[in-house]
Amino acid sequence: MDLSFGPEYDDFRNAVTSFLSSHADKAPKGSDLRGQAAKDWQKLLIENGYTCRTIPKEFGGYGAEPDIIKTRIIAEEFSRARVNAGLGGQGISMLVPTLLEMGTQEQKEQFIRPTIMGDMIWCQGYSEPGAGSDLAALSTAAVLDGDEWVINGQKIWTSTAHIADWIFCLVRSEPNAPKHKGISFLLFDMKTPGIEVRPLVDMTGHANFNETFFTDVRVPKQQIVGERGQGWQVANAILGHERETLAPANTAQTRVNALVELMKNETADGERLIDNPVYRDRLMKLQGKVMAMRFNELRVLSARLNPGQDPGLSRMITKLEGTELRHDLEGLAIDVMGEIGLAYEDNPHLRGAGSWQREYMYFLGLIIGGGTSQIQKNIISERGLGMPREPKIEKAS
Amino acid sequence: MQFGLSEEQILLRDNINRFLDDNSPLDRVRAYADGGDDTDIWSGLAELGVPALLVPEEQGGIGLGPLDAAIVAECLGAHITPAPFLGTAVMAPTALVASGGNQDALLAEIAAGTHRVGIAFAEAIKRRNDARVEVRGDRMFGKSLFAFDSVADSYLVADQNKHLYLVAADDPGLRRSHLTTVDKTRRTVELTYDNVAAQCISRDVSVFESVLDIGRVTIAADTLGAAQNMLDQAVEYAKQREQFNRPIASFQAVKHMCAEMAAQLEPCRSMVWFAGHALSELPEEARATACHTKAHLAEVAQFVAKTSTEVHGGMGFTDLVGLHYWFKRCGANRQWLGAPEFVREEAAVLQGLLAS
Repeated sequence: MDLSFGPEYDDFRNAVTSFLSSHADKAPKGSDLRGQAAKDWQKLLIENGYTCRTIPKEFGGYGAEPDIIKTRIIAEEFSRARVNAGLGGQGISMLVPTLLEMGTQEQKEQFIRPTIMGDMIWCQGYSEPGAGSDLAALSTAAVLDGDEWVINGQKIWTSTAHIADWIFCLVRSEPNAPKHKGISFLLFDMKTPGIEVRPLVDMTGHANFNETFFTDVRVPKQQIVGERGQGWQVANAILGHERETLAPANTAQTRVNALVELMKNETADGERLIDNPVYRDRLMKLQGKVMAMRFNELRVLSARLNPGQDPGLSRMITKLEGTELRHDLEGLAIDVMGEIGLAYEDNPHLRGAGSWQREYMYFLGLIIGGGTSQIQKNIISERGLGMPREPKIEKAS
Repeated sequence: MQFGLSEEQILLRDNINRFLDDNSPLDRVRAYADGGDDTDIWSGLAELGVPALLVPEEQGGIGLGPLDAAIVAECLGAHITPAPFLGTAVMAPTALVASGGNQDALLAEIAAGTHRVGIAFAEAIKRRNDARVEVRGDRMFGKSLFAFDSVADSYLVADQNKHLYLVAADDPGLRRSHLTTVDKTRRTVELTYDNVAAQCISRDVSVFESVLDIGRVTIAADTLGAAQNMLDQAVEYAKQREQFNRPIASFQAVKHMCAEMAAQLEPCRSMVWFAGHALSELPEEARATACHTKAHLAEVAQFVAKTSTEVHGGMGFTDLVGLHYWFKRCGANRQWLGAPEFVREEAAVLQGLLAS
């Protein structure tokens, strides 16, 4: 058992904190992906190696060797200082790693630099109305016509489609192949004729997602990542990683701390809510769970650093447990506030800028998205516990 | 950075598990539950050095730490082994070393496995009924409930002031009567003190606290082992048991029960590791972590005990499978040294959350 990262990492941490103290004022405050301030900040972070750290220099990254401790230290210090950690979005988090692994040299040169600099925003075209948990059943068709793919079909849950420049999209290119082997991974411009984006308002009252329709959308043949029919493997090269990072324990810890403050400040009949033994016990229960998840995350990290160490099921359970825990945590804050917990948007009694209700709903979305809790339980029981799959039901002919 | 067990710790775990596989199978536990004794198991564990684990080398011990004790406790919980580990090997040596007094002779006997120390702490945590321990001068009066180890040679008793005393089991003023509980894998007793010679071990509350903390983490580790074993049994049973012409493990209703158990239990392992490590290395986090670990393991184990029994269907409810021994072990661990609600309240107090 050794929880220290060693003296060299102390130096690195000091460098990060001193960067933050001298430059944090330049960080953008909002979440405007297009803003010049956000792009300038991104450029500064890349130059210092605080984002896009391992992306090769030739594609605009910092070009460092992978070092998960440094990555973690950067995340910890930016989160502690509550400073914007650079541009996110599915282009940077999903497409760029995919291209680095499976893309051609031309694709890497064409797409990675503008993506990480914030000049090219991407959306992800995976889910369809008929292909949710059973993603491989997707039916958006791509038919080769000369040098172009012709695409027809519909995608759903395409977040940022309304502002995206490009889409990375799974399509069925080989209709006669088995379902996992008939999919291709295409990249195309969202300004291509035949694309229609309709916002999808969700329970938060905002349109965080879209429905995206394709009618005879023509895409140059070479804009495919991997070979024809290999799209499933291309997409899965990084899907697992996305799940693990949806609900990190250090954010949950930050929220527990905020909840403690809320319960110290809010009163009912003049009594602080923290002094109510029922609410206090609910708080302590959740604090214990968050603690367990923090230590579980230490084990995940340790198993990455020490290849001989058995991670057990520690990685497999983080999406399920992390998202459910956050939903419960935000829900407790709403409960302790009583009617004030209902306040939303412009209500003058809003607490925490409305974050408790917003996150409560957002995490219900995450319980469902990125592989539902039920799909997670299938994965845990089948891959983790070695239990058999449900027998397949033959398609009625 | 390495968060996990060392090679030596994995070796320790494997050695203890091998011994218990051979010497503490369910049939042996049943023999104890039916009135037999645990002396052969304890002397076997003594040969492996288990009672010497926390005794410093200078006193004839091995001088390992609380995480090592947690590793052994997990093995004992998995095998629902009847053994006086918690009192004799963990809490008593911790008290004797922390108190700073000269306890070399007793520590050496503990390490050799020739002296068993029982624990009577309930009255210093949450006193029930008319139980209470009073010490006047060096004489002890009153009553302790649910002291454990029914055949201890001496008892470490905590009074209402959280002072620690040692009393001899054969003191003429000490009466020891058996208290039947649902957990037949360990026996508890009621101790009545009528002018019993009480050797003061410590009046320092922080000594009491350090003994309580390591006791709680050790119980949590025992719970981890027991709950993990129940989950393993449930998964195995579901793979074997067929209904509707297929193993019930292929039904999502059953798989999801098992996945939920695994998802809740897996972080508990890291929690026990961290709690054990914190006791010796991170004093500022140790106490609150011990409280949360004790309480969280109790809650998760309650869910696992119920759910894994359900996976076994009617057989889980019978004595034939014997799953109920694990169920009740988890249940006893939940109540001992502070039930979850009280322990969480302590965690809140430790953080200064309560109005003073």
